[in-house]
Amino acid sequence: MSSPPSSSETRYRDGLRAAIAVAATVWFFGASFGLLARAAGMGVLAPLVLSATTFAGSAQFAITSILGTGGGAAAAIVAAVLLNTRYAPISISVARLFHGPRLRRLVESQLIVDESWALASRGGGRFDRRLLLGAGLLLYVSWLSGTAVGVFAGDSLGDPKNLGLDGAFPALFLALLVPQLRAPQAALAAVVGGAIALVLIPVTPPGTPIVAASAACLLGLRGGKP
Amino acid sequence: MVLVVGIATWAFKAAGPVLLGDRELPEPVARVAALLAPVLLSALVVTQTVGGDNELVLDARLAGVAAGAVAIAARAPLALVVVIAALATALTRLLVG
Repeated sequence: MSSPPSSSETRYRDGLRAAIAVAATVWFFGASFGLLARAAGMGVLAPLVLSATTFAGSAQFAITSILGTGGGAAAAIVAAVLLNTRYAPISISVARLFHGPRLRRLVESQLIVDESWALASRGGGRFDRRLLLGAGLLLYVSWLSGTAVGVFAGDSLGDPKNLGLDGAFPALFLALLVPQLRAPQAALAAVVGGAIALVLIPVTPPGTPIVAASAACLLGLRGGKP
Repeated sequence: MVLVVGIATWAFKAAGPVLLGDRELPEPVARVAALLAPVLLSALVVTQTVGGDNELVLDARLAGVAAGAVAIAARAPLALVVVIAALATALTRLLVG
């Protein structure tokens, strides 16, 4: 009772509080996804199934925007899969947190999403399993319930951009990046990765810049402390 | 379509945990993997701040991230950083359009 909380416990609580703020943000985006999907002619069931199985905002928005502007299903699939390719390197970075039977690892790994992964990141390649799964579950529930509200009653909610919520995500990622930049090699890799993404945004399909940026990790081969 | 995207995403997310699991990575691979977090976070910051559909878009998000950066420098808790960034983005959008 009287012992002060350890720094990892403090960080865990800070992360959990942030997860609640992020979950509220994600809820609004889920609602606007549901609304847009309905408007794009996807019906009621497809958006809900997509939110339940894909659980990745950017890919789902890409699908609605392509279908909504008259693009074909094939183009929508290619865009969404490209956007989600980043989850291969992301899931590799947290692979060590997952134990037990393969089926359990498969199910738990579906709670990996940009925000839960970022909140769980501790620097030096370490991640907090409780935060990854706890934040992941919270975000899953808010994304799916947001989608449901958007599909059935979205008109009354308005655009999350009016609330500035699209500026909240990059700030969150920046806040989680900054503590990881103390090691010179990590800082260099982050700058190189960011530069690769920036250069590729205008010339490659969305999704590609992030995947290509992961090439900057090869700087780790030069040795030294990451 | 929903099925194809769903299954592909499942596979990407499961790739690391199912194939690698708690196996120890060889030293050079571990050093590369340790850089994944800063590199991917940095790429996410860039794409979500100025990313558009095949173009760079400079809009109110920049003000949100700048306000967030000030909050980060002032050691604000994460949740507050998120709220400040959203407010700054919304205000800038309201004022500048």
